[in-house]
Amino acid sequence: MAEPTLFDLSQPGKRCITMPQPARAPEQYLPEGQLRAEPPALPEVSEPEIARHYARLAAWNFNVDRNFYPLGSCTMKYNPRASEAIAAEPGWARLHPATPEECMQGALRLMRDLETWLAAILGMDAVSLQPPAGAAGEFTSLRVFRAWHDSHGDTARRRVIVPDTAHGTNPASVARCGWDVTVLTSDEEGRVSPDALRDVLGDDVAAIMLTNPNTLGLFETHVLEIAEMAHEAGALMYCDGANLNALLGHARPGDMGFDAVHVNLHKTFSTPHGGGGPGSGPIAVVAKLEPFLPAPRVRRAGEGTRTTGGEGALEWDWDRPQSIGKVQAWFGNFLVAVRAWAYIRSMGAEGLRQATEDAVLAANYIRRALEGELDLPYPATCMHECVFSAKTLADERGVHAADIAKRLLDYGIHPPTMYFPLIVEEALMIEPTETESKATLDQFIAAMREILRDAAEQPDLLHEAPHTTPVRRVDEVNAARKPVLRWQKT
Amino acid sequence: MPGTPHSDRDRREMLAALGIDAADALFADIPQSLRATAMPELPPPLTEMELRDEARRVSDLNRNLDDLVCFAGGGIYDRFIPAIVGSVASRPEFVTPYTPYQPEASQGTLEAIFEYQTMISELTALPVANASLYDGATAMGEAVLMAADATGRSRALMAGALAPAARQATRTYAEASGVQIAEVPWDDASGQTDLGALAEMLGDDVACVALQQPNYFGCLEEMAEASWLAHEAGALFIAMVEPISLGVLAPPGEYAADIAVGEGQPLGLPPGFGGPLLGMFACTEQHLRRMPGRVVGRSVDADGKVAYCLTLQTREQHIRRARATSNICTNEGLCALAASVYLAAMGPQGLREAALLGAERAHELQEAMADSGLQPRFGGAFLNEFALRLPGDAEATVRALCEDGWLVGPTLGRDYPELSDCVLVAATERRTREEIAGLAEALQRAARPED
Repeated sequence: MAEPTLFDLSQPGKRCITMPQPARAPEQYLPEGQLRAEPPALPEVSEPEIARHYARLAAWNFNVDRNFYPLGSCTMKYNPRASEAIAAEPGWARLHPATPEECMQGALRLMRDLETWLAAILGMDAVSLQPPAGAAGEFTSLRVFRAWHDSHGDTARRRVIVPDTAHGTNPASVARCGWDVTVLTSDEEGRVSPDALRDVLGDDVAAIMLTNPNTLGLFETHVLEIAEMAHEAGALMYCDGANLNALLGHARPGDMGFDAVHVNLHKTFSTPHGGGGPGSGPIAVVAKLEPFLPAPRVRRAGEGTRTTGGEGALEWDWDRPQSIGKVQAWFGNFLVAVRAWAYIRSMGAEGLRQATEDAVLAANYIRRALEGELDLPYPATCMHECVFSAKTLADERGVHAADIAKRLLDYGIHPPTMYFPLIVEEALMIEPTETESKATLDQFIAAMREILRDAAEQPDLLHEAPHTTPVRRVDEVNAARKPVLRWQKT
Repeated sequence: MPGTPHSDRDRREMLAALGIDAADALFADIPQSLRATAMPELPPPLTEMELRDEARRVSDLNRNLDDLVCFAGGGIYDRFIPAIVGSVASRPEFVTPYTPYQPEASQGTLEAIFEYQTMISELTALPVANASLYDGATAMGEAVLMAADATGRSRALMAGALAPAARQATRTYAEASGVQIAEVPWDDASGQTDLGALAEMLGDDVACVALQQPNYFGCLEEMAEASWLAHEAGALFIAMVEPISLGVLAPPGEYAADIAVGEGQPLGLPPGFGGPLLGMFACTEQHLRRMPGRVVGRSVDADGKVAYCLTLQTREQHIRRARATSNICTNEGLCALAASVYLAAMGPQGLREAALLGAERAHELQEAMADSGLQPRFGGAFLNEFALRLPGDAEATVRALCEDGWLVGPTLGRDYPELSDCVLVAATERRTREEIAGLAEALQRAARPED
């Protein structure tokens, strides 16, 4: 049964919240012509109706608390409750960003801590917490690269090399930076090869963007040589950190020759995805790029500085003449940073290293269990995720990756990432993370086996899936052809 | 490791299935020279009990709005948040899902965002709204780029009286794409954008004109006239608006704005030290397919039942890659949901009352200040915020006030050196007449320390 919208439930005069009555009419202090002719037609509903409406909608969402999300490259970990509880404390949540620095020392210290810890984890020199999401982190890094090149009078570089396995945000962020994308074809092992790079590298290349491990879940084994070639050609190296969960405590982008890396706090550091956000996409850079980071930066208050906070006081450094400027209205998605701070503080270095090990173990456990059942175009040991293909099944039985994915919904399992990376036909990209028990992994494997058996014996069961969700397959073509993007009175 | 669901037995069984003794073998692809030889230097792990205490110890170094009486503004306001907002927005079913790319598993989030889009469309009186951007500042950056794309022109005129962070973020966005930003001066007496100057700056290379209503100084702009001037020159008009004010003020659609953006924090989000926020974005039908970010549409499922899904995705990075309308992927979905609950809880009447109460308190504040000999810097009409001129060092005064338990700000000196003696003060429905009298008194003390 469909849930009516709040607009369908609305009736004139119903209210949830009442307010004291204003004493003055707005005409007394507002110029004529500034007032709204018609009030906005917001829903008029009572509190019980609101509560029930959202409770019903909530029941229709898959979510990490209830469901396994083996979504490749999305790192759908469990979101620890302590992090949520801490971020909700008024000491953080009710802190106004325009508070004098003397009265925001806790926030500055937390940001400074998190910057320091991320730098240590990544092997980089300086961190900015300002980018509010991963794609913003990519754009910010490229913008920093551009400012660095410009500062050397090197303004002719226009190309950025991006492998064919990259996330869509990579080329989109390049375009946002006013640069052109050169796509680099992966080799037969699914990696970037120095030979292929040599063919496209030139003195007009501004940067190379690598995801490491890449979206096939494979470590870019030639990364050092690639970095050397890039630097030789005057280009900078960017690491898309979406897959950082494979590296914690085991390897550091800073040691691989990267000049900048972004981190998704909402992936690697267990902050929730919120049904699409908010995330947070801090970037870490090598020392030479630090002057170009977004302003302001946290610094220690010293001689001749404004703040009078005493020993160990911190303050904002706004005087950053080479900074690229701002990429968020204030200091980034701070309450997300609070959660990541709490997560790192509770895990410690050994805990993070163990988390990565368990994540990689779980991915390989699934890879091994299903390798005879689906195509595995790049059969090497994987890191935190593995990519299967339903190509043979599609060719022989007409059952596609999407059919398998939709059937998984009937088992209460969120589908893997589908049809990505683009170089794998009928791709199913599986990232179990370290927070799923072996029992859950076994249930997933059993579900997959049963689904693949059904694919052979009763393919329509898959073609028509899902059967148990609140709605069946949604007509997305119609939605795009005749867009209905808001409620209308019928 | 805290919270791990793996027992040592589980791990042994998984390793055995792989025919290895230790997980280390799985990292063999990482060249030996790149394998970490030492643990990252992090403080030792804390138990949950210790962690909560440590977090409290650090946050106690802050003074938050439970402790300070907030007359601060500048885009972040201490509005009343109905209890139902936090109750709904903290449900794990909304907090922990992924982006709703799988509509069959995400009808809850999708229908909620469809409602959010409708509410933003209603507030702005523009026909289409997206599912959110990061914040008001970056939403402005997106709007300017969209206008440049729509008009094929490469110069943008932004009011100097428009929020500094939005101007700075827009520069960061736009200049990389070859779009030049020029700033329209404000009138020194009224604090409003100088429309005469705007008229002179307009030309056939201007993609858009952007004004904020009320502007950063709190002054009400002549939006209809600015919009008309922009359109006369073939430029688009972008309005940056404060959502609560739209309970009483003319919405962007009424003055023919092509794009409306805004900072959605006042809609039920805590100040949160400035993030996460909520970038509101709405526009006319004409520009729908140039719009950045996700959009939810209504469709039907295989049985013909009403169902929602993300739509027009061919605009987006995961399909269109380098030719996408924006690089944005993750947005502020949960904040948009909180804003929807807030707007449903307030309703049109509650929103109007909140807007009017804030405005009323701000005018009472202005009167109380006048009694103390303190005047607004500008003469233009305002709603719930204005720039106050302080005698002496504004920064020091603000610090002294904070010590005393009163928060005002931001000060204007950093962004406007010529206004270094000014501070923004704002009121919301939460402020009382006693607090207004208290602030007036405290200001008198703080501004005249020699007394």
